[in-house]
Amino acid sequence: MSVLVYTESEQGTFKKTAYEVASYAKGIADMLGTDVAAISFHAADAGELGTYGVSRLHNCTDAKLEKFQAAAYADAIAQAAQAEDAKVIVISSSADSKYLGSLLSVHLDAGYVSNVVELPSSADPFTVKRSVFTNKAFSNTQISTDRKLVGLSKNAYGLKENPTDCAVQDFAPTLKDEDFKVNVQSVDKATDKVTIADAEVVVSAGRGMKGPENWHMIEELADVLGAATACSKPVSDMGWRPHGEHVGQTGKPVASNLYIAIGISGAIQHLAGINSSKVKVVINTDPEAPFFKAADYGVVGDAFEVVPALTEKLKAFKAANA
Amino acid sequence: MKILVCISHVPDTTSKINFTDNDTQFDTNGVQFVINPNDEFGLTRAMWFKEKQGASVEVVTVGGAEVEPTLRKALAIGADTAIRVDTPAVDGYAVAKELADVVKNGGYDLVIAGRESIDYNGGMVPGMVAAMTGASFVNTCISLEIDGDKATAVREIDGGKETVTATLPLIIGGQKGLVEESDLRIPNMRGIMMARKKQLDVKPSVNATPETTTVKFEKPAPKGEVTLVDADNLDKLIDLLHNEAKAI
Repeated sequence: MSVLVYTESEQGTFKKTAYEVASYAKGIADMLGTDVAAISFHAADAGELGTYGVSRLHNCTDAKLEKFQAAAYADAIAQAAQAEDAKVIVISSSADSKYLGSLLSVHLDAGYVSNVVELPSSADPFTVKRSVFTNKAFSNTQISTDRKLVGLSKNAYGLKENPTDCAVQDFAPTLKDEDFKVNVQSVDKATDKVTIADAEVVVSAGRGMKGPENWHMIEELADVLGAATACSKPVSDMGWRPHGEHVGQTGKPVASNLYIAIGISGAIQHLAGINSSKVKVVINTDPEAPFFKAADYGVVGDAFEVVPALTEKLKAFKAANA
Repeated sequence: MKILVCISHVPDTTSKINFTDNDTQFDTNGVQFVINPNDEFGLTRAMWFKEKQGASVEVVTVGGAEVEPTLRKALAIGADTAIRVDTPAVDGYAVAKELADVVKNGGYDLVIAGRESIDYNGGMVPGMVAAMTGASFVNTCISLEIDGDKATAVREIDGGKETVTATLPLIIGGQKGLVEESDLRIPNMRGIMMARKKQLDVKPSVNATPETTTVKFEKPAPKGEVTLVDADNLDKLIDLLHNEAKAI
């Protein structure tokens, strides 16, 4: 019996979330008195999985699994879970993991709890804390099935080193035709940009920017910070920015270390989407904007003056601290 | 084409979240319930298929009699018929099991559900229904075209989008982007009057056993006061972010 973790990789290299879910799986394994096995697809090597407590990596190198295929990945992970007799399976909260999570849950008859933010408060009954109502509250949830599937929220647990030797072995799942009923035709992904899902820092702007032509200021600030850019709902509704950048209750949730909101008043739906971010900075001309009540740091001022000045000062700070 | 749209009955996005019964139940007092926004995009897309390509549209929700106004709203928007599965929506698995039974017996070509409901955010129901029924499944769907028994969908991925094809029957987890926000429909008086006469079937539960139980709800710890920094002293903000918050 072990804890199995699905560690996501891209072009052979593990994503940071892979080490985060590995750290979390090790925490559960310690509670249960067992070890951690991982499954990945086309990983070049074990990377730093051993550093974060993974003892074995089952690496699938089937050519049909080179690109993400939710049903086939779920089938393969289920087979790895059975091979390991894993009672707990841990995945992340990425778009891909959430896609395959529900399929995997049914394959394994495993109760599934997503958006989990802490280690289980109890192993028996197995009880985890998850965010609900778009981060406006938490639910302490028991899973009653023999197998448990846990989806860990990004940035909720962090990286915890537990150096272990990680053995890598090929894993060849038996795949069925019905695993490939959905076929990827093309992928449109800006590979040089930091994504909201992976970003440690997010720079977000709203109607206060007055038009899409002014977004270069936001992008310059984001560049200095290595941040992803995001926006409020009205901005995406007006087509100033793509839907994928809309942060909030009906858009994307953000769980970054730093969230900088510029010209966003702070509607309840937007605030719900950023509640999981650790440090919030707001820049707004209106000192009564609701966002100031949710922020850690605030600047009352005109974005068109504050943002360029902040960008220049951050450039100098980065140069001095390089 | 026969379409089923799965509707979640959720608190309005502006709702204050509180709990009762020693923090074990959501406090519905003073809360207005609406069609889950992700489902509303899906319902509007279903109406587009009905009007442009010819389709029947049925809506379904799992819940007690209190969810019927939400189903009537979907009927007023233009759905043809509605089903209410008569059991409380206890957890994602049990809801999926109830919906899977409707799907298996309904002969639907396309099932549209929201990628998640905005209350419990589990994001598991559409995929579970697909796994339980053997249908193709595309999640976080932001565009959907149907031609005969072939579907072309675009789904949002982290940092971009992906175009996929699949054969019907298909289940999608939809979201904003399936239709534009400005295309969402508000029921008009004629629609509301017609909805009263439309068929709303109450179906008995298959008595699915939930796999998860909420033991207790909690609210986040209260937030401290904001530290304001003068717009002419941005060095201080950088200092605070670096030394106090350790965020840069």
